[in-house]
Amino acid sequence: MVDISILGQRYEVPEGLTILKALEWSGFQMTRGVGCRGGFCGACGTVYRLSNDHKLYYALACQTVIKAGMILGEIPFFPAQRPAYKLENLEASGEALIGLYPEILKCFGCNTCSKACPQGIDVLNVMSAVIRGDLPSAAEASFDCIACGLCVARCPSDNVPPNVSLLVRRLYGKYLSPPAGHLRYRLQELEGGSYKAEINGLKSAPLTELRQQYAVRQIEE
Amino acid sequence: MSYPAEMKESIAKVEASRPARQHQAFPKLDPQEREDILRTYHPDYISGAFREIRVGPNKGDRAPHELANALEAEPLLIRDGFSLKKIVQQEPDAKCDVLVIGGGGAGASAALLAQENGAEVLISTKLRFGDANTMMAQGGIQAADKDNDSPALHYLDVMGGGAFACDPDLVEALVMDAPKVIAWLESLGVMFDKEPDGTMRTIHGGGTSRKRMHAARDYTGAEIMRVLRDEVRSRAGEPIPIRVWEFRPAVELLLDEKNRIAGAVLKDLDTSRLMIVHARAVIIASGGSGRLHYQGFPTTNHYGATGDGLVLAYRVGARLSFIDTMQYHPTGAAYPEQILGQLVTEKVRGLGAQVCNADGEQFVYPLETRDVEAAAFIRECTERSKGVVTSTGQMGVWLDAPLIDLLRGPGTIAAELPAMVRQFNRFGIDLAHEPILVYPTLHYQNGGVSIRPDAGTSIPGLFVAGEASGGIHGRNRLMGNSLLDICVFGRRAGMAAALLAKDIAPGNPHLAHLDEWEHLRREAGLEEGQASPILLPDYTRKTSLVLLRHPSIEEEVAGHFKSN
Ligand SMILES: Cc1cc2nc3c(=O)[nH]c(=O)nc-3n(C[C@H](O)[C@H](O)[C@H](O)COP(=O)(O)OP(=O)(O)OC[C@H]3O[C@@H](n4cnc5c(N)ncnc54)[C@H](O)[C@@H]3O)c2cc1C
Repeated sequence: MVDISILGQRYEVPEGLTILKALEWSGFQMTRGVGCRGGFCGACGTVYRLSNDHKLYYALACQTVIKAGMILGEIPFFPAQRPAYKLENLEASGEALIGLYPEILKCFGCNTCSKACPQGIDVLNVMSAVIRGDLPSAAEASFDCIACGLCVARCPSDNVPPNVSLLVRRLYGKYLSPPAGHLRYRLQELEGGSYKAEINGLKSAPLTELRQQYAVRQIEE
Repeated sequence: MSYPAEMKESIAKVEASRPARQHQAFPKLDPQEREDILRTYHPDYISGAFREIRVGPNKGDRAPHELANALEAEPLLIRDGFSLKKIVQQEPDAKCDVLVIGGGGAGASAALLAQENGAEVLISTKLRFGDANTMMAQGGIQAADKDNDSPALHYLDVMGGGAFACDPDLVEALVMDAPKVIAWLESLGVMFDKEPDGTMRTIHGGGTSRKRMHAARDYTGAEIMRVLRDEVRSRAGEPIPIRVWEFRPAVELLLDEKNRIAGAVLKDLDTSRLMIVHARAVIIASGGSGRLHYQGFPTTNHYGATGDGLVLAYRVGARLSFIDTMQYHPTGAAYPEQILGQLVTEKVRGLGAQVCNADGEQFVYPLETRDVEAAAFIRECTERSKGVVTSTGQMGVWLDAPLIDLLRGPGTIAAELPAMVRQFNRFGIDLAHEPILVYPTLHYQNGGVSIRPDAGTSIPGLFVAGEASGGIHGRNRLMGNSLLDICVFGRRAGMAAALLAKDIAPGNPHLAHLDEWEHLRREAGLEEGQASPILLPDYTRKTSLVLLRHPSIEEEVAGHFKSN
C-alpha cells in the first residue's frame, strides 16, 4: 500500500493502481474528471506534485500509475474560449486563425504548454507553425491532441491550443488536403442510380444463394 | 515496467519463430469449423449466462442476465420516490423540436441534420459532449468508394459477417449511404489518411473482401467525433440553434395522450435536480452497454456505456432485437493490469500482425470475423492450455506487432499506430519491438432497439441511431461498420425527426406508462431491487460490504484492478 493525497486529504491505496482507480478505491464515485477510461477523451487531465519536490507534473488519471507521495488535483473543467465561426466562411490561412484567435500572437515561447502535454505533443511548435501560417505542419503535429486542456490551464498568454489546432486541422482537412477523386466518381455513379439493381438482386436472393456468393467471393490481396 | 522474466521466456519463442512465420499465412477456417468453434467457445453460447426476459415487449426472449436485470428493473424515478404527477406538471426546463439523447457520433450527426432540416435541437448527454465510444474508435470506417469495390460487395460482407441475420433494408441503407458519409466528413474537415494525390489509404478489416477501411491514423473515431462536435458548437448561435446540455442524462421518456413521444425527464448529475424537456421528436443515440460487464468481462467501452437507451425505449414499448449477442473484441489488452480490457485496435492485425500462442506458434488466421477470432483465443487458452498466464492469473495470447515493421518497412508502426504506441509506452512496452498480450474483451452491443431505414421505431416520434439500435449488423458487426452506421443512421434520424416535428401539434406529456410498467412488473412477480437506467457503474470500494464479507485485502485489490 502507498500513501497519496487527494484534494489535500491522505489516503492509503494499493500499489499499481492508475490515478483514476486509486480515486475509486478511496471511495470517490466519479462523475466529472472521467470519460473514456482509455486515454482518448481528455476528460481526466490531472496535475500533481510529489512530496519534497517543487515540480508540477501532468497526467491523464486513467493512464498513469500512482506513485507514493503524490499530491493530486484533478481539473474537471477549465474555461476555454472558442469564437463563433462557420468553417465554410473561413479561408485556410494563418491570418484567418489569428483573426479569430488574436492572442496567438502574444505567445512568447515559454514552452509550458509542451511540458504540460500528456500526449507528448510539441505544442509550442504547433503554435509557432500557426503564427507562420504553416497549416499543414500545425495540423500534422497537433493531430494526436485529445483536448485535455492542461496546456490551456498553464498558458501565461491565455491561449487555447486545443481549439486553435482543431480549427487548423478542420481547415486543412477541408481545403488543403487533396480531395479523393475515386470518392467523387463513386458519388456520381450512385447519383446516376448505379448499384441499385445489383443490391436489389442480393436482397431478393434466396439465403442459400447469398451464402454461396459470400463463400466464393474473392478477397483482395 | 516492461515484461517479467516468465513472460520474456515465451516472448523469446515468438521472436524465434518470427522469421519463418513472416511469410506463412495461417489457413482460414471453413464454414463448418467456424460454426463449431463459435458454439463451443464463444461467450454468446454459454447458456448459463442468459435468461428469459420476464416483462415487456421482448418477454420470453433471451438476454444476458445483466441486461435482463436492467430492462426489468424498477424505474429510477419510482425508486427515488418522486411523484410522477408532479414531475409532469412541472414547467418544462426546455422546449425543442428534436431532443437528441447522447453526445456521441450518432447524436452529433443526428443533431446536425435535424438542425439543417429546420429543427431546433437540444442534445442531452451524460458526461461531456464527446465522452463516448465514438471518441475511442481507432481502426477505421468502411465505405465502398474504390474502383475495385462496390456497395454490393460491401453488402455481402455485412450480411456474411452478421451471420445473414441482418435486416436487408438497413444494410442497403448502410452501404449505399457510405460514400456520401465519407464525403460529408471530408467536407467538415476530417483528416483522412490519404496518398499525395488524394486517394484514400484503405486497408482490410476482419471479414472485408476489399480494402475499404478508411482511417485517420489510429484516432479515427476521435477525429470524427471532435470534428462533428466542433460543427455542432458552430451552430450554437444560429437563428435555429443546437443547444448542448452536458452531465444531464435522460432517465425517462415522456409520452402524450396519443402515446406519441413528447420529450424526456433528465437528471442533472451535479445538482441531482430533475429537468423536464418537451420535444416533438426524440432521437435515442445513447450508445452501447459494455459497462454492464456481461459475464464479468472487462470492457473497451467508455464510462457511460450502460445501455440506458435500451431501458428507456423498452419502457415505452419499443421492441429490441439481437440483444442476445454481444461482440467480444479478440484483442483486449491482457497485460499490463492497468489497461486490462482496453482495446488493441484490429488495425494491428489489419497491418499484418499475427497471433501466436505461448510457444510462438500461429493457431488462427488473424483476420477471421471477431466472434470466431475471439473464440479461437479462448480455445487456445482453455482447452489447449497454450495461452500465457500472467502473475495475476490473467490468460492471453501474443499479438506479434513487430511483424508489421518487418512486412511494411521500419517506422510503419510509429506512423500508423501512434495511439497504441503511446498507450503501451506508458507502461514500458515497445510495440515496434515486443509482442503484446491480448485476450477477448467486451466491446460492442450487436443489437438494440429495432429500427426502420429512416431510424424510426414502432413508437411514433421515437428514433434510434448508433450502437443503441439493432438489426443493421445482425449477430456480429464488422469493424468499421459502426462508425459508418452512426453517421448513416444518425443523419437519417436527424432528417426524419425534423420532418416529423414540423407537422406535430404538441400534446400533454405524461409518465403514465411507468404506472403501467409497475403493474406489469407486479403481475410478473418482479420485486424491488435494482433500479434503472443504470447511468454509471459504481467502482468505488465498498468498505461496509468489505467488513461484512471479510475478503482478504489481496482479493479486494485483485478485484479492483479487474473493475477496469
Ligand atoms: C475502444 C473502441 C474502439 C472502436 N473502434 C471502432 C472502429 O475502429 N471502427 C468502428 O466502426 N467502430 C469502432 N468501435 C465502435 C464504435 O466506436 C461505436 O459503436 C460507435 O462509435 C457508437 O456511437 P454512438 O454514437 O452510437 O454511441 P457513443 O459514441 O457511445 O455515444 C453515446 C453517448 O450517449 C451518452 N449517453 C449514454 N446514456 C445516456 C443517457 N441516459 N442520457 C444522455 N446521454 C447518454 C454517452 O455518454 C455518450 O456520450 C469502437 C468502439 C470502442 C469502444
